[in-house]
Amino acid sequence: MPTVFIPSLLRKYTSGQESLVVPGRTVGEVVRNLDEKYPGFRNQVVEGDDLKSSLAVSVDGDLAVGGLLEQVRESSEIHFVPAIGGG
Amino acid sequence: MDTPQTQQFKIIGTRPVRHDGLDKVIGRAKYGADYAFPGMLYGKVLRSTLAHARIKSINAEKALRLPGVKAVVTHADFAPQTTAPVYRMGGEAAINPLYLACNILSKDKVLFVGHGVAAVAATSPHIAEEALALIEVEYEPLPMVLDLLEAMKPGAPILNPDVRRKSAPDEQTNIAGEFQFKRGDIEAGFKAADIIVEREFRTEMVHQGYIEPPNALGIFPGDGHATVYTSTQGPFDVRIMSATLLGLPEGSVKVIPAEIGGGFGAKLTVHIEPIALLLSKASGGRPVKMVMTRTEMMRGATGPTSGSILKVKMGAMKEGKIVAAKAWFAYEAGAFPGSPVWLGCFTGLSPYNIENFLVDGYDVLINKPKTTSYRAPGATNAAFAVECVVDELAQRCGMDPLDLRIKNASREGTASVMGPKFPRIGFVEVCEAIKNSDHYRTPLAQVPGKYRGRGVATGFWINGGMQSSAIVNVHADGTASLVTGSVDIGGSRASTAMVVAEVLGLRAEDVRPAVADTDSIGYTDGTGGSRVAFATGLAAYQAAHDVVRQLKERAAKIWEITAEDVDWTDGKAISRKNGVAPLSLKELAPRLTRTGGPVTGRANVYATGVGPSFAGCLVDVEIDPETAKVQVLRCTVVQDVGKAIHPSYVEGQMQGGTVQGLGWALNEEYVYDEKGTLRNASFLDYRMPTCLDLPMIDPVIVEVANPGHPLGVRGVGEVSIVPPPAAVANAVSMAVGTRITDLPVSPPRLFKVLSAKRG
Repeated sequence: MPTVFIPSLLRKYTSGQESLVVPGRTVGEVVRNLDEKYPGFRNQVVEGDDLKSSLAVSVDGDLAVGGLLEQVRESSEIHFVPAIGGG
Repeated sequence: MDTPQTQQFKIIGTRPVRHDGLDKVIGRAKYGADYAFPGMLYGKVLRSTLAHARIKSINAEKALRLPGVKAVVTHADFAPQTTAPVYRMGGEAAINPLYLACNILSKDKVLFVGHGVAAVAATSPHIAEEALALIEVEYEPLPMVLDLLEAMKPGAPILNPDVRRKSAPDEQTNIAGEFQFKRGDIEAGFKAADIIVEREFRTEMVHQGYIEPPNALGIFPGDGHATVYTSTQGPFDVRIMSATLLGLPEGSVKVIPAEIGGGFGAKLTVHIEPIALLLSKASGGRPVKMVMTRTEMMRGATGPTSGSILKVKMGAMKEGKIVAAKAWFAYEAGAFPGSPVWLGCFTGLSPYNIENFLVDGYDVLINKPKTTSYRAPGATNAAFAVECVVDELAQRCGMDPLDLRIKNASREGTASVMGPKFPRIGFVEVCEAIKNSDHYRTPLAQVPGKYRGRGVATGFWINGGMQSSAIVNVHADGTASLVTGSVDIGGSRASTAMVVAEVLGLRAEDVRPAVADTDSIGYTDGTGGSRVAFATGLAAYQAAHDVVRQLKERAAKIWEITAEDVDWTDGKAISRKNGVAPLSLKELAPRLTRTGGPVTGRANVYATGVGPSFAGCLVDVEIDPETAKVQVLRCTVVQDVGKAIHPSYVEGQMQGGTVQGLGWALNEEYVYDEKGTLRNASFLDYRMPTCLDLPMIDPVIVEVANPGHPLGVRGVGEVSIVPPPAAVANAVSMAVGTRITDLPVSPPRLFKVLSAKRG
């Protein structure tokens, strides 16, 4: 099952867990499943039907361009990161 | 199949003359301020002279009575806005439309000196300026805060009463954002450390210093369609932002990007474009041209980058292994939220593989202009602090500073500070290239009566991918044109054209690159984040391969075989079947008409596989003990670029970023008076380095191919600005024997250090 790494400031929603193994075939499904165990987490990362505007998601080290729709594998590592900017 | 590491190229890696060079040299290139239309009006903005005040009333009656004045607009003329995010950069970044509108023209409060209050359109720029003086604004002055630490304290003057910390939702605050990255056991790490270095650093607000002031020419006849000519890094950003502020559908605004005279991140947002459109609409659809003065640009209408306070503590074992790091970063956001502090939090420690760390970052409102991006935003501040502490750790461990970096270097598979693991990166190779450079191997000679020192520092930048579109048209004469949506700010027309030439087997000069307006090309994110050569280059590569696919079909038709039996090798279609002579593009192009008509290749990409960049800077300095002036004697910049498509422009980026970093290190800073007015709002007083101040910057290209790109390309535009401030500070520290912690290391600051040392 994919491993979700919890951002430091959101660990209060996962009882302090730094990472969790959560079932799911897409990022969105993983977030929904995680929210079932730790209610409130989804609201911290999702707004409407997309990621919050301040966030991006990385799957296996690469930016997940599909956001919540991004497919994940059994061995995938999922990180929520701030949305990028640049100069 | 060739991998990015093993590919051999014919065009990539060569140094052809840039396609846009002649136009720029002879003055034919058209910049934003060069556009003019019959009946055109001139727009000017009335700006606040107070740093913090409530606007009680705005009376424009006298201004409107002045002959030649056609319109006056204020914030109230924008469509009503909320704080609900509007997405840009393909959904990867969002704007707060209320803050954006309020920053351009203040709604009910002015928040910094230079904040826009109202705008005028008139038949000449002089009449417009005269009219500004006739607009009567009644202010209620409010207490202001100009110091970062003071702004963070409870009881500080509050800029935005709606801002709250998540941890204290009932208290007003200027802390608009908090970030944290944490791993391992920080206390255990420091407990185990043999050596601990802890210091506090400070940097001042600095400007990007682009030569061409922001400009816009807006045409909005009121028929629902608006057109903007502007100097911008992001035409599609201008489109969504202008449409949002005017209450128009995104597709009804057409943005025509002009040539650009520098931007460095500041021109990824709108400054006056929506005002030009408002004024055009209010004056019956007449074109309205606006060009900022240098003072407007500097004083805050465009956004410099953050000043910061940076506290860094690092612990290492005697043999140089870093076992713990703690960082506390506070960045000035300016008048509205959005400093790049989180990028500082992410980038500062990421070059190092540290088991235990804690990084906290704060985005702080202050009565200074809203900050905006500046080349590797946020990274330079953080690296200044971290790299100075790393240097001191090396000194305390008795190690070569590069050996300490190599010992602790992040490598492929190391988890970055944000968590995701690095792909193949070239940080170690960068450090080794510095060690092997002639500069590093040549001892620094001391001279009597002067202080001399050598400093080294490294830096990291994440780089961007995002969305790009490209079209390649094949012409009957055997040449091709390349159309993209990426404004060319650093030679990207040449590099993307070279990619197409490589694939199609043409000379670089046989591919004519062009930058299209927002109606003429698919969505393309802005020229920022060092993404264009990578992502638009990828789109160009794929579009060229789309052409190849079609050319193989045409050759198959001519040879009366199937396309599957045609290869494309070395720029030629080759039959696997009947031994006929290969056909090059130049030979196929005249036969397109009889084989199916025109050939156009296209590609739209959302690029993944971004390759992060690392750079290093080695600098020798000499200090005059009498004047405390720091003179850079020698400077070498080393950077992992993945694959240098056009080495001259890559070197230019490396040198340019280094020069900006040296300016940040040596002299550049915003100097405010007690009323919150910027006192050095011109290039005469805002002291950027000139060619007379610096030696030749020696670039050393390192090529560790990015496996995420078919040509091995990494972004190259930004990372070279990151190391120089720390490198200079380390060099000056070595020279004078006192650790430098504040930027810039200007004569007044350094004189105090030298005086204290002399007692």
